[in-house]
Amino acid sequence: MSSKHVSKDQPSEFKFSNENQLKIEEILKNYPSNKKKSAVMPLLYIAQRQNNNWIPLAAIQLIADILEMTYIKVYEVATFYTMYNLAPVGKFFVQVCTTTPCLIRGANKIVEACKKNISEKQGHVNKELDSSWIEVECLGACVNAPMIQINDDYFEDLNFDKVETIFNKFKEGTLPKVGSQSGRKGSEPIQNRTTLLDKNA
Amino acid sequence: MLKDTDRIFKNLYGDSSFELKNSIHRGDWKDTKEIIKKGKDWIIEQIKKSELRGRGGAGFPTGMKWSFAPKEPSPDRPHYLVINADESEPGTCKDRDILRYEPQKLIEGSLIAAYAVGAKTCYVYIRGEYVNEGKVLQEAIDEAYKNNLIGKNACGSGWDFDMYIHFGAGAYICGEETALLESLEGNKGQPRLKPPFPALVGLYGCPTIVNNVETIAVVPTILRRGAEWFASFGRPKNRGTKIFCISGNVVNPCNVEEEMSIPLKDLIETHAGGVIGGWDNLQAVIPGGSSMPLLPKKVCDNIIMDFDALIEAKSGMGTAGIVVIDKYQDIVSCISRISRFYKHESCGQCTPCREGSGWLWRMMERINKGEAELHEIDMLLDVTKQIEGHTICAFGEAAAWPVQGLLRHFRDQMEDKCSNLANRKIA
Repeated sequence: MSSKHVSKDQPSEFKFSNENQLKIEEILKNYPSNKKKSAVMPLLYIAQRQNNNWIPLAAIQLIADILEMTYIKVYEVATFYTMYNLAPVGKFFVQVCTTTPCLIRGANKIVEACKKNISEKQGHVNKELDSSWIEVECLGACVNAPMIQINDDYFEDLNFDKVETIFNKFKEGTLPKVGSQSGRKGSEPIQNRTTLLDKNA
Repeated sequence: MLKDTDRIFKNLYGDSSFELKNSIHRGDWKDTKEIIKKGKDWIIEQIKKSELRGRGGAGFPTGMKWSFAPKEPSPDRPHYLVINADESEPGTCKDRDILRYEPQKLIEGSLIAAYAVGAKTCYVYIRGEYVNEGKVLQEAIDEAYKNNLIGKNACGSGWDFDMYIHFGAGAYICGEETALLESLEGNKGQPRLKPPFPALVGLYGCPTIVNNVETIAVVPTILRRGAEWFASFGRPKNRGTKIFCISGNVVNPCNVEEEMSIPLKDLIETHAGGVIGGWDNLQAVIPGGSSMPLLPKKVCDNIIMDFDALIEAKSGMGTAGIVVIDKYQDIVSCISRISRFYKHESCGQCTPCREGSGWLWRMMERINKGEAELHEIDMLLDVTKQIEGHTICAFGEAAAWPVQGLLRHFRDQMEDKCSNLANRKIA
């Protein structure tokens, strides 16, 4: 089980933007009207996106009110799932997969690059790059290992130099092309492709 | 080798667009209405005949699972279809390609499956990290609605069908079907006791069929080309084609659709360019995602990839996530990292798993770093036995088996690490 760092600095209140309030109304339609609670995960995501990628406790209270749940039930969900950040993260939030398939393709080099370029310890925001990094478990892109996720996007087929190139872009406030950094489109072999060659098949 | 004409996922590599017109060009949504008109019993019978087994890891016969749904839904207990797209098993990345490159196959399959089990609502539970894949699927769902393929009177079949995406948020355990349902209901993802099985008491207490993405996505092609066609691949009870994910120390890591029961060596050498430096560099292979016990090289030389052959070899087909480990890797540290994964992902509900997965990892690390004494190896085995079979869900086995596999085949390397300690003490 993972433990969650909850920020000590909390805003006193949280309100959903008008746009997000409309989104919430739409999301509630996805579930039976007497099962509003099902929307707790999507609502936590909306709060997180609105608030620079982390969820203040005031938002947890607000979501509890909207969904007619107790505060603790929403808090439980927010702390159980690793993708909800309860403390500020950098604008470029880097998640490095270090599980075995990435490990044996050199994920430790990616971690080294994070330590060198972003911060020695994970979870610390580098103000200059506006970035923080953490180690995470398998992100499900194993044939494109090693890989990292930055915010919503995957960057795959990395090595130390390639990942440093990506981090250097943070200074300009940009990101390179999403996906493989070795020039392949998806999960096909980089060379000597053996299947799906027959265009008429 | 499987011919390209017999591959179901023709856009597995994203050569073409996921858009509806391209999907239709590839053969999706052809005669869907006619298929549905043949009726539930015919569909379930065909899926049974095709011998399709679930592609999410457990390998349960799909047709049989569908037949467990009550015949007639009662008005106060509607049926649900839930698609498990919470792909998180280390070594596995096949559903991702279906979501981003072949979403219409999943949508069409969902409609047919939903009709067969009497469900009008389908939730697709996608792992939270697959943000972009989820966006593609949503676009595909919107397109299908616009073209009346799903929604009211889907495809003109007379069946109403709605499909919604629900994102997970980074919990491996939500790939377990009852944890997934808990999560979908707005709770922590902690598995439920079975029985009752979801087919009778599932989402919101209603009958629910939970299927993996790949299982559902192959259904339309099976029904179009015939159960006999699908069952012509692989051995009895291990039929069909399957997407294999080949990662690790190979020249060209890739996903590839091949026939079941293909020799592991052929798969690696033909499609992934072989083990880096040649087959003799191979040390071990994890054949079915991280929870399946590894196989040493001498077993890999001849093993075929299907459910029954791998069980015989004391491992399992799992999700067919193949992790190739060459002899330059420290095998103890590879498995120790897997133990760390399970320690991190235990949901904390059952004590043997919550505590035991942490113990396993710490003991593995002691052995790995050469800090353990020889007798701790037997103790490690004992801990795995304390977890296995003593938990609500199969996570206990998933945590125990990789360590047991290591003990079975690479005990000598673990002993070497421990005896270094003995040597140091003498010195």
